[in-house]
Amino acid sequence: MSNRLQQRFADCAEQNRAALVTYICAGDPGYDASLSLLQNLPGAGADIIELGMPFSDPMADGPTIQAAAVRALDAGQTQRKTLEMVRAFRAKDQTTPLVLMGYYNPIHRYGAEAFLNDAHAAGVDGLLIVDLPAEHDNELGPMARDLGLDMIRMASPTTDAKRLPRVLANASGFLYYVSLNGVTGVGQADNAVVDAALSDIRKQSDLPICVGFGVRTPAQAAAFARTATGVVVGSALVEAMFNGGEAAALELTRGLAGAMQR
Amino acid sequence: MSSANQNYRRDADALGQFGQFGGRFVAETLMPLILELEQAYNDARSEPNFIAELDRFNAEFVGRPSPLYFAERLTEQYGGAKIFFKREELNHTGAHKINNCIGQVLLARRMGKTRIIAETGAGMHGVATATVCARFGLECVVYMGATDIERQRDNVARMRLMGAKIIPVTSGKGTLKDAMNEALRDWVTNVDNTFYMIGTVAGPHPYPTLVRDFQSIIGRETHSQMLEREGRLPDSLVACIGGGSNAMGLFHHFLDYPEVQMIGVEAAGHGLDSGKHAASLKGGVPGVLHGNRTYLLQDEDGQIDDAHSVSAGLDYPGIGPEHAWLHEEGRVEYVAVTDQQALDAFHNCCRMEGIIPALETAHALAEVARRAPTLPSDHLMVVCLSGRGDKDMPTVLRLMEEQA
Repeated sequence: MSNRLQQRFADCAEQNRAALVTYICAGDPGYDASLSLLQNLPGAGADIIELGMPFSDPMADGPTIQAAAVRALDAGQTQRKTLEMVRAFRAKDQTTPLVLMGYYNPIHRYGAEAFLNDAHAAGVDGLLIVDLPAEHDNELGPMARDLGLDMIRMASPTTDAKRLPRVLANASGFLYYVSLNGVTGVGQADNAVVDAALSDIRKQSDLPICVGFGVRTPAQAAAFARTATGVVVGSALVEAMFNGGEAAALELTRGLAGAMQR
Repeated sequence: MSSANQNYRRDADALGQFGQFGGRFVAETLMPLILELEQAYNDARSEPNFIAELDRFNAEFVGRPSPLYFAERLTEQYGGAKIFFKREELNHTGAHKINNCIGQVLLARRMGKTRIIAETGAGMHGVATATVCARFGLECVVYMGATDIERQRDNVARMRLMGAKIIPVTSGKGTLKDAMNEALRDWVTNVDNTFYMIGTVAGPHPYPTLVRDFQSIIGRETHSQMLEREGRLPDSLVACIGGGSNAMGLFHHFLDYPEVQMIGVEAAGHGLDSGKHAASLKGGVPGVLHGNRTYLLQDEDGQIDDAHSVSAGLDYPGIGPEHAWLHEEGRVEYVAVTDQQALDAFHNCCRMEGIIPALETAHALAEVARRAPTLPSDHLMVVCLSGRGDKDMPTVLRLMEEQA
């Protein structure tokens, strides 16, 4: 596991709280505004940054993050600019773990090896590629692990106990538990169902588990923080940024951070 | 490149790939579903009851076999190859799409699914899906780009008549790729009761394989019909390609007959240099979209470009992965024809043969017009008449007015 992720999860455990994982879409609504928000998220209480790489066809995302990707791409965001953002972030923050999240094609186009090298050099800690399931680990996995980049896997309510070992093989960093069947930002999971799923996964794995999809408010986040290692908030944050700018996004982040204590 | 004795008729490998193309590039939530589908299909495909049921519906509901028709006047006009039409437009619902839908609906029933979703471009797959859902009493939801709804109103009305719910898709350019994104979002949300009926030889494995298998009846019939009529195999096969299901249906059976030449025709739109086309092989590079690796129209950053074609059914920035593989292997030749060439061939077919072809099909006919005159009179050429053109009347009439 990357040192930064490992250290952060250890710190959170020591403080008896869940890690707050914040998703924003790189370049939304423009490069400068997005970089400023990125740089100020840790100060507002974000423990781990998930930086979305915008894609023209985000099949697993709901309307909020789809719209964010459109805004970012319209403003001229590219894979190269996203890595540039990471470098700028890392110049001032050497401790907050940063994970890139997105879809495979922009990486495929960039060239897998070149992208992983550049991402590593920029200060990325891990990758979460939505449409790259365990079955296709060979696409990026071996190269990423050689560089010390974590390949973060997703498990979902459809991932049964029989399939789970396949998902966990070569997973590192943390496991992203998708709390409900659906797209990002739509619907709300049943806490009891998620708690049961987490305890099943923990029978097979010691990986930290971050729960995401459909977590919008501090109250919802607090409910997941009791049992999850980390809680991911994406659409609500993107929406706050869109409606109220950076101040609103940071206010929401502070509220969510306050809900992480167990 | 190809060697004469290579085995091209094959199933995808363990990764669901043909060479480097294909695969299962889907979110984890969908992964167990496509593995379940693969298992169900592998069980069904060799089971006598399933095959017998499929045969019965193909004969009695679809109206198969479709005729192999000698296009005598077109042959005379071009003064070269002997041209035959494989008449898929005579199938129930007016296109080859129903071949696949019958197969998939029987599979969905075996799997106990009660709700069917589909994406559609020109609306022909949507109509075929709505048709089989009505026949079997299943809930049917069709995602269709808002742009396509506008240019294919008749098909929208047909789907509604048969009880399907049409959901307009406004994201992106509102065409086929956007409809497919929305269908995938539906599937990931409704995993328990829903069967996703993909309309072409694309998407995550096993879709390219199972759609190909259900469509390959086109080639098998062509083989026996040509033997009966001419006593030998055809020399060349021509078919249009959006995702590529009618082409794969015609070609697949013949892949290991090296003497049979095959030509797939992509849509060049306003021209390959115009930036407004749908020719993934001619103008794209390999990438990953909608669950499979294939040739895609995309920019330098890996963002998917919008396709353009006068025919809604070819308006897709990708192509089935098995076509991408056959292209790289050199087994099938892929070419592209423009909107204008397709429209000229459309009008010519109406006048010369009394058959109104779909605009998609007209792309194949345009390649026939280019190629047939250069070939000897004993060359047997089969073109897949994949669909009828009734749905395209508003588009054609508008273009005729504009050009008048």
